[in-house]
Amino acid sequence: MNPLAGYLLVAALLFAIGLAGALTRRNAILVLIGIELMLNAANLNLIAFWRYGPHPEALTGMMFAIFSIAVAAAEAAVGLGLVISIYRHAKTTDLDAMNRMKG
Amino acid sequence: MSFAFYVIAALAVAGGLAAILLKNTVHCALALTVAFAGLAMMFLELDAQFAGFAQILVYVGAVAILIVFAILLTRNAETPKDGVYSKNWFVGLVIAAAVFAVLGWAVLHSMRVLPHETAVPAVTVLDIGNALMGRYVLPLEIVALLLTAALIGAVIVAMHEKERAK
Amino acid sequence: MIENADQIFVLLKHWAVGFLPAGWQGIAGVILSVVAILVVFPSLFAVAVWMERKGLARMQNRIGPNRVGPIGLLQPIADAVKSLTKEDIVPLRADAVVHFMAPVALVVVVFMGIAVLPMGRNMTFVSMDAGLLFFFAMGASTELSVFMAGWSSRNKYSLLGAMRGVAQMISYEVPLLMSSVAVVMITGSLSLDKIVEAQNQYTWGLPHWYIFTPWGLAAFLMYATAATAETNRSPFDLPEGESELVAGYFTEYSGFKWALFFLGEYVGMLSISGLGTTLFLGGWSSPFAFLGWVPSWFWFFSKVMMSIAVFIWIRGTLPRLRQDQLMNFAWKFVIPFTLLDLAVAALWRFMSDGWARWVVCSAILLLAYALMGGVSMSRKHLGLRTYRYAE
Repeated sequence: MNPLAGYLLVAALLFAIGLAGALTRRNAILVLIGIELMLNAANLNLIAFWRYGPHPEALTGMMFAIFSIAVAAAEAAVGLGLVISIYRHAKTTDLDAMNRMKG
Repeated sequence: MSFAFYVIAALAVAGGLAAILLKNTVHCALALTVAFAGLAMMFLELDAQFAGFAQILVYVGAVAILIVFAILLTRNAETPKDGVYSKNWFVGLVIAAAVFAVLGWAVLHSMRVLPHETAVPAVTVLDIGNALMGRYVLPLEIVALLLTAALIGAVIVAMHEKERAK
Repeated sequence: MIENADQIFVLLKHWAVGFLPAGWQGIAGVILSVVAILVVFPSLFAVAVWMERKGLARMQNRIGPNRVGPIGLLQPIADAVKSLTKEDIVPLRADAVVHFMAPVALVVVVFMGIAVLPMGRNMTFVSMDAGLLFFFAMGASTELSVFMAGWSSRNKYSLLGAMRGVAQMISYEVPLLMSSVAVVMITGSLSLDKIVEAQNQYTWGLPHWYIFTPWGLAAFLMYATAATAETNRSPFDLPEGESELVAGYFTEYSGFKWALFFLGEYVGMLSISGLGTTLFLGGWSSPFAFLGWVPSWFWFFSKVMMSIAVFIWIRGTLPRLRQDQLMNFAWKFVIPFTLLDLAVAALWRFMSDGWARWVVCSAILLLAYALMGGVSMSRKHLGLRTYRYAE
């Protein structure tokens, strides 16, 4: 099998696992964990295409992945700040209990 | 495909599965750390050393610890008594399986046209530095602004309620 | 002859590996180097433990261990035997898997950090292009094992110690990296071998070590402060404050697991001193040009052991900092100072060689230090001592 195809399949599997986690778990923090897994899977895709594609010396894939890592860290920080803020208000992080817009 | 690739891929996928299946939230966060480490090893396998070390430094050294702190601050450290899956878990599972099926089909059907350069790219950190300061200087500065905004925003979001509650 | 003494370990490795057929030589060389590191660093750990107990004792006006060997020299061996034969107690409600993995994770990560240190000429285990980044990545991973140890013990005091420890390690991670970035900027490479080679030149017999430049001295002081905090040593040892939290995050560990934590902490100290000597003290280069005949590995290890002696000296001298004082110090003094130091290092590189750049850079750094120190001390009113009685 093509080595690139192997990496892409692993990335697709990790993305699907992250998506399943984000859609099926009740806890808000686990949804964030799923989102982080999806971002990592996309990074793996980028680096795999950078390595096996033409012109790796242009560094496009690696730059994209590095910026994606930085942005994901910022997003995790803000997301967790939001989760903590919601916990202070609703005293729970259970997403099934937070199904109305009324505070 | 080398033996190392299968081992690392199995580690990363096992970490990801454990991260969404385990009941105790802190165990999920630690399994996520294993998944991050597995992904960093895959980056190293793909000759992207800078990205691999940056992944460990940022994800394992900062994001995993952030997630763990948030779990402890929201009192999720014990195993929850009622179920951990939401009411509509089956729909979520079906959607994720459908996404994987579509992506897998796309990869397997285009195997003939996928590029496969086998020469190792001779990329040094000097090249990355030149690229960051040359071609990618605008994204670099914008990411710097974004990180500053995220820092200030996270502090304000997490701090606001405390002042009002007083 | 001099060349042979300097390269003796490399030559020994080639000779030993030469006995095997060509296919096995690569992996045999790697295994031999790993075994050498696994033998040398725990022996240095034993020496450091002895130095600490005797040195600290003398500074505290007592004698220290003197029963086991001539001057207590076999005390580390006695300690090792004791910890290996103690009963391994795991609390009933502790999380067994995480409780087991925490010391393992610490020791593995700390030993991986040693792999990129240049311990002599041609004696780096793995010579990587991004060696410094690898070292810091391994350093960042030690924080997670501290958290795992504290959380899995199901002990409030352990958890408290672990949270304090992780908060402190994260805060001091930033000055650690920023002070090294000044060195990287001047050298132009992240590879530790190139950093040592850039410092291996001599002017009038004195070396070009980065500690002898104004920005280098400031960066070294910030690095030393951050390194003391990263390894949870006094005066930043609140996470394992022996008089407050019993033993902090490793309270519930006994026997071999505690010995692994102890080993991890001291080998972490050794490796961070190793990085400090590589970045600022010239690594394996000798202090004077005429002493170049002494083997390079001797200089590296003596510099590392001298740094350990300074760590022990500071532990015996300074009182412990409170958690909020520690965090204030990190975010409000050390980080701005390292940022300024980065700018001064750039100015140093920009100005041409001569006495002018020494004067300007030193003046800027001293002024900034006086101003920032003055600002942070101005709120402390050291007046007459008053007492408040409990009634």
